[in-house]
Amino acid sequence: MNATSAHAAPENGALIELRDATKTYGQGPATFLALRGVNLRIDAGEFVAIMGPSGSGKSTAMNILGCLDNPTSGAYLFRGMHVENLTRNQRALLRRYYLGFVFQGFNLLARTTALENVELPLVYRGEPRAARHAKARAALDAVGLRQWEHHTPAELSGGQQQRVAIARAIVTDPTILLADEPTGNLDSQRSHEIMDLLAALNRDRGITVLMVTHEPDMARYAKRVIHFVDGRVDSDHHNGEHS
Amino acid sequence: MFWSSVLLALRAIRRNLLRSFLTILGIVIGVGAVITMVTLGNGATRAVSDQISSLGSNLIMVRPGQRLGPGRDSAGAPRFKASDAEAIAAQIGSIHAVAPVANKGVTVVYAARNWATTVTGSTDAYFTVGNWRLADGRIFTKAEQRAGKAVCVIGATVRKELFGDRPPLGDELRIKNFACEVIGLLQSKGQSAMGMDQDDIIVIPLRTLQRRLTGNQDVNTLMVSAQDSGDTDRIMADLRLLMRERRKIVANEDDNFSILDTRQIAEAMTGTTKVLTLLLGAVAAVSLLVGGIGIMNIMLVSVTERTREIGIRLAIGALEREVLLQFLIEAVALSSLGGVVGITLATLASIGLAKVMQVPYIFDPGINLLSFLFSAAIGVIFGYFPARRAARLDPIDALRHE
Repeated sequence: MNATSAHAAPENGALIELRDATKTYGQGPATFLALRGVNLRIDAGEFVAIMGPSGSGKSTAMNILGCLDNPTSGAYLFRGMHVENLTRNQRALLRRYYLGFVFQGFNLLARTTALENVELPLVYRGEPRAARHAKARAALDAVGLRQWEHHTPAELSGGQQQRVAIARAIVTDPTILLADEPTGNLDSQRSHEIMDLLAALNRDRGITVLMVTHEPDMARYAKRVIHFVDGRVDSDHHNGEHS
Repeated sequence: MFWSSVLLALRAIRRNLLRSFLTILGIVIGVGAVITMVTLGNGATRAVSDQISSLGSNLIMVRPGQRLGPGRDSAGAPRFKASDAEAIAAQIGSIHAVAPVANKGVTVVYAARNWATTVTGSTDAYFTVGNWRLADGRIFTKAEQRAGKAVCVIGATVRKELFGDRPPLGDELRIKNFACEVIGLLQSKGQSAMGMDQDDIIVIPLRTLQRRLTGNQDVNTLMVSAQDSGDTDRIMADLRLLMRERRKIVANEDDNFSILDTRQIAEAMTGTTKVLTLLLGAVAAVSLLVGGIGIMNIMLVSVTERTREIGIRLAIGALEREVLLQFLIEAVALSSLGGVVGITLATLASIGLAKVMQVPYIFDPGINLLSFLFSAAIGVIFGYFPARRAARLDPIDALRHE
């Protein structure tokens, strides 16, 4: 894994960039074009919301940007490094060292305390026990759940679970935080708390946040909103400037 | 990577205590049942074959009549005579010893005690053929046999019942109407395969028995021991010819006597216990199978949860091989723990039950290893392979697994 090359100075300053990326599922007559040539560039420190109706390709784009999936054609550059040709294991290492994930369904390990859930990415990084504990506690502190560290997901509310998930995503100090409908399972008040938290992480820690949502209320927290329609970027504007 | 996988595996075991416990339980029951059953069965078979070999190796028995087995009733068939034994000794080669045996059930008395037992009349060859060893004293001499002296060699049970703790040698016990000096004490042989007390025995010279107890010249059984077990077939054939000749049986007439060797006696007796061992083993194998199915169910039920867990691990950057190593370690740890606990419990149960059943405890490494490997294989296969399938999924698919 040439993970170090990801540290190389980006050629044009872009943190991540999609160039004419396509993604097809299935074969023959059942072929489905999820992405039909997407060009996208996101710089460090941005807070981007990706919106669009179901089947518009926003989740597919998110999976590719999160190195969970490869585009069928086109290029994906992460800090100027081509990711689209990497193997499964290389993408896993990229996720391990640069990315943090927050999912709609929280995806915490059952019967596992908040602290152990947050520690998990550090275990795979091979961090020693003391450092793991300290970092995990700090991350739980950052999401306001320091006193809940010994509770399991079943003992936490949805909003709390999502905050544990955010703590798990930021415990490694990721370059990018990818959130796939992070408020999809939460009520309005909890959703706003989560969005406040993501905005704060972006503002105070400079973590680039990339979020998929279909709620305009939530997209308003982002600095930039990209709309997907039919596998293409339909509109791309910064909040405040009306196109 | 290895140690972090061990750490993760141990955490997973601790987190899923119920699942881990049920997995271990399935293996414990399977391993424990099979090992206990087979060990006890082996012990029982050994007990029977020990008793038979204590009869004397290379033993051949000649009896009047054609009916085999215990409780033989050879009414009608002429008995043997002491001269038959002499003829066998003189005319058949490769024979170690020949003992003519006659019995009589009587009550023997010593002081105020009496004891109902069977008195055996034979020659000194009886002790050779029957593989008896003296604990004390001596056996009777040729002269005593010829003279029909009132001397006897007694077994441990008779000694205990009549003499208690007193030394029996030199004392006289009364058999029916004559007094008989105790000249020897036999070493204990314990219970026979058929559950009979072999130490409940009094041996006197054949002639003494014939004169003083039975009043005839009959011999019930001829016991022959071969020098070499390889010769028994030939000796048995020779014996048959000789006995037919001596008993004047014409060419197309059936034998009015039967010849059995230790192997045939052993086969008849161990056959039953072997079948029982097999039966017990089969029953235990079913419990091993049920334990295996239990493990399988527990593992398959948790596949959905485990698939999602694997999805999470992959998404946050775990490598496929790290996830696999974790699940493999988990499966091996649980299976080994279950196997060790199962073997321990089975050993304790086998030793205890063997004592209760009065059979020897025999450690059988083969069955221990086999049942351990079988259970461990089930644990590993059903713990590891669903995990392997999940780890090969795309993380997104694994996360979406319903």
